[in-house]
Amino acid sequence: MSKLRAHRSQGRPGQASSWLATPTLIFLILVILLPLLITVVYSFLSQPTLGTGVKWVFSTDAYRQIFVQEKLDGTTAFDTRYLKVLWNSFYYAGIATITTLILGIPVAMWIATRPVRFRALLVLAVTLPFWTSVLIRTYAVRQLLDETGPVGGFLKIIGVGNSYQILYTPWATIIGLTYTFIPFMILPIYASAERFDFRYAEAGYDLGAKRWTVLRRIVIPGIRPGIIAGIALVFIPGLGSFLQPDMLGGGKTNMIANVIANNFGQARNWPFGSALSVFLLIFTVLFVLMVTTGARSRGDQVRLI
Amino acid sequence: MTEALLDIRQVTKTFPTPEGGVVVALDRVDLAITEGEFFVMLGPSGCGKTSLLRCIAGLEYPDSGEILLDGSRIDDIPAYDRPVNTVFQSYALFPHMSVAQNVAFGLEMERLPKSEIRSRVAAALEQVKLTGLDRRKPTQLSGGQQQRVALARALAKQPKVLLLDEPLSALDLKLRRGMQVELKRLQRDTGITFVFVTHDQEEAMTMGDRIAVFNEGSIVQVGSPQDIYRKPVNGFVADFIGETNLIPVSVSATGLSFPGGGVLARGLLADDCVVPNSGDCLLAVRPEDFELVDVDAAVIGEVIDVIFTGGLIRLHVQAGDQEIVAALPSHGVVVPAVGDQTRLRPITKAARTVGS
Amino acid sequence: MSAVTTSRPRRRRVNLRNFPLFRGTSIAVLVGMYLPLLLVVFYSFNQNRLAQIWTGFSFKWYDFVFHNDDILRALKNSLIVAVVATILSTLLALGAALGMLRMARSGRVFAWGLLGAPLLIPEIVLAVGTLGFFLTIKVPLGHVALILAHTAFCIPFALLPIRARLAGLDAAPFEAATDLGANEWAILRRITLPLLAPGIFAGALLAFAISLDDFITSFFIAGPGATTLPVYIFGMIRSNVTPAVNALSTLLLIFSATLLLAVYLLNRIRGNK
Repeated sequence: MSKLRAHRSQGRPGQASSWLATPTLIFLILVILLPLLITVVYSFLSQPTLGTGVKWVFSTDAYRQIFVQEKLDGTTAFDTRYLKVLWNSFYYAGIATITTLILGIPVAMWIATRPVRFRALLVLAVTLPFWTSVLIRTYAVRQLLDETGPVGGFLKIIGVGNSYQILYTPWATIIGLTYTFIPFMILPIYASAERFDFRYAEAGYDLGAKRWTVLRRIVIPGIRPGIIAGIALVFIPGLGSFLQPDMLGGGKTNMIANVIANNFGQARNWPFGSALSVFLLIFTVLFVLMVTTGARSRGDQVRLI
Repeated sequence: MTEALLDIRQVTKTFPTPEGGVVVALDRVDLAITEGEFFVMLGPSGCGKTSLLRCIAGLEYPDSGEILLDGSRIDDIPAYDRPVNTVFQSYALFPHMSVAQNVAFGLEMERLPKSEIRSRVAAALEQVKLTGLDRRKPTQLSGGQQQRVALARALAKQPKVLLLDEPLSALDLKLRRGMQVELKRLQRDTGITFVFVTHDQEEAMTMGDRIAVFNEGSIVQVGSPQDIYRKPVNGFVADFIGETNLIPVSVSATGLSFPGGGVLARGLLADDCVVPNSGDCLLAVRPEDFELVDVDAAVIGEVIDVIFTGGLIRLHVQAGDQEIVAALPSHGVVVPAVGDQTRLRPITKAARTVGS
Repeated sequence: MSAVTTSRPRRRRVNLRNFPLFRGTSIAVLVGMYLPLLLVVFYSFNQNRLAQIWTGFSFKWYDFVFHNDDILRALKNSLIVAVVATILSTLLALGAALGMLRMARSGRVFAWGLLGAPLLIPEIVLAVGTLGFFLTIKVPLGHVALILAHTAFCIPFALLPIRARLAGLDAAPFEAATDLGANEWAILRRITLPLLAPGIFAGALLAFAISLDDFITSFFIAGPGATTLPVYIFGMIRSNVTPAVNALSTLLLIFSATLLLAVYLLNRIRGNK
């Protein structure tokens, strides 16, 4: 009888055993979960007097440091610097999300309304840059925006060149973020758009609506799951970007990642860097939860992976 | 009485529905299949015939009951240990293997020596007339050829029972007729017990030595094609097999009163059917069992349609509130026109009572 | 009822599937996506030391790149890490994909969360966390640490094509296999793995590209002796910008693009359907 029970739990043939996934899960717990745990632990430790690393002494100084600054004369003052960095991160990532949305919806819809044989090729064209190094792509944007580059040269020709300075301003960072993340917006919206039954739009036309109205009131609500996924896939990683504010914004548009990197580098304040990491992590988790559960309660099928 | 090769005892199978309930696919089914016969399981979709087939194969396990092969239980061992093989409706050929590799697969699982595998593969391909195509891939074959490969693959293992799950349903009519003949011949030549599932009653009647008619998880009737056709046990079987008029009649001393006023004498009914002494019952008469008469008519009514179909003329007659269809031979008979009044009567011993 | 209008409706064939400005925007976006990259390629052939000021066509920066010891060493490090991380992550991804088929719902949700974590968590957080983790458990920074870290974030990428391929497989051949006498192990060996092969290969290529291109994690974990190519390029950009950067970048771009095209073609290999 045990043979029967054993085989009853088999499920369909070809599904092998669930134990096959165990090594992978153990590995990921070790190399992903434990480091995250260590980050949380580090955020409650102290900065060593000399060298890198941490001193295993409990302290909440790291978190305090986000808000409070110890002045040289011993007094403390409310520190707005890091709050400003946090604000900048949300702001730049937010603007980039909006711009990728405004650009991404037309591109996704356009590809989805092309004949089927072209779509795969167009999707490939959109996806190709995404698989190349972010470093190279960000450097490419820097070259483009540099005042000695073609954009600068072009602007000089038409006469506005002298006051031209995009690099090392917030707009450069935002342009860089938009450039990097636009495939992340296009692809999920395209996935939704491809599944969208155009007959709903045709019904709208039939009832007398013009194209803009159909777009606004039928199509866009129809592709909402894709839009939500796209927003999440741009905003969340955008918040944690490092290269764009570093290479394009100079030191003036620092986002959270830059401060974290700095504190694990020159500033050698690992607990503080870890505290900021914890903040970033919490925001990420909150946003992901917000998106997936919010969407599920509305009955949408939002899949981020 | 020959011992049954395949003995199915009180097999019950249920499936959970997404809404949380259960659907009963098989309800305490009993069946005995003898060795060497071509057995057909027939019924409309959802009746349980495929579920039973899969239980025999081992692709499903019954909730309760037993399945015995040659006297020993097989319902609690996995599919790969049963001497039973299946020809699937979708053929299920391995796309990454050639025809020969497909056919050899089952033999390789038995760890037979390479030389024996090679000869058995060649023999199986010859049986299904596919010699020479052994290097081809399934995608390079036509539907009919793929089906033969599926057949060869199962036959190569020389199973005790060969299960066929609506294997001909994807073929066009001409191909299907050809394969029906070939399958019968193959079964006769190999002597393997075939269990064949179909929803096509014509196919069942053509191929089966015996037929089991399924409906809603139960077997309604088991018998030879003639038995099932001539002596359907209830209205469902009568209606499912061939074409039947199911006529509500009321029984009285004079006979059976038809809608429209006609009366049929009791003596004209089939011998082995049960006739109540009074009250209402259902009478089954096949269209080809009517004849035109002048007196003592059972069906009296107006002709509403006349359809010429080659050898037969189909007459649709409105008798009272009942539409009755008769199929009369097209030559040697004066056929009424639409609008005429006509009189028909079932030929002797053809009409029979059925349950509801 | 309003009065009948006397003006005729505009007689113009409007394709209802085409929304205004969508085509223009799309073309602009596509051009905009590739323009900076084309610029990088363009400037890599600049004779001048200053990348942006064109003085003539030259291959000399490519020559420089191919003969520079630091660059070649960085390339070697990248390749070692990428190859090992690819093998490990592909195997682990394969195990995960197959193992998840039979998991209960709750197990599968947990597994998905774990497998998707490297994609959703900002890389800086993982990078510094891994740095601290390796320090705490006394794993020295360098090739081993890089391989472990790279394997972890390559797993979800290797998983994508494998999972897609697995989902596209028909159930019938598996039933036929078990019907013909194959137990689970035989099915895995003779049916599942051969049918999955294009997906496995595509996953490996994807993992390789991702590992090769990685910057942030490598920046923190590489340590002094195992500088990878992207980390080296970053250093070049920070300190001394010449068209050599463009040349190196162009080579990396071409390589990544080729890998991706291979993945695309592999995905086109027909499954059962």
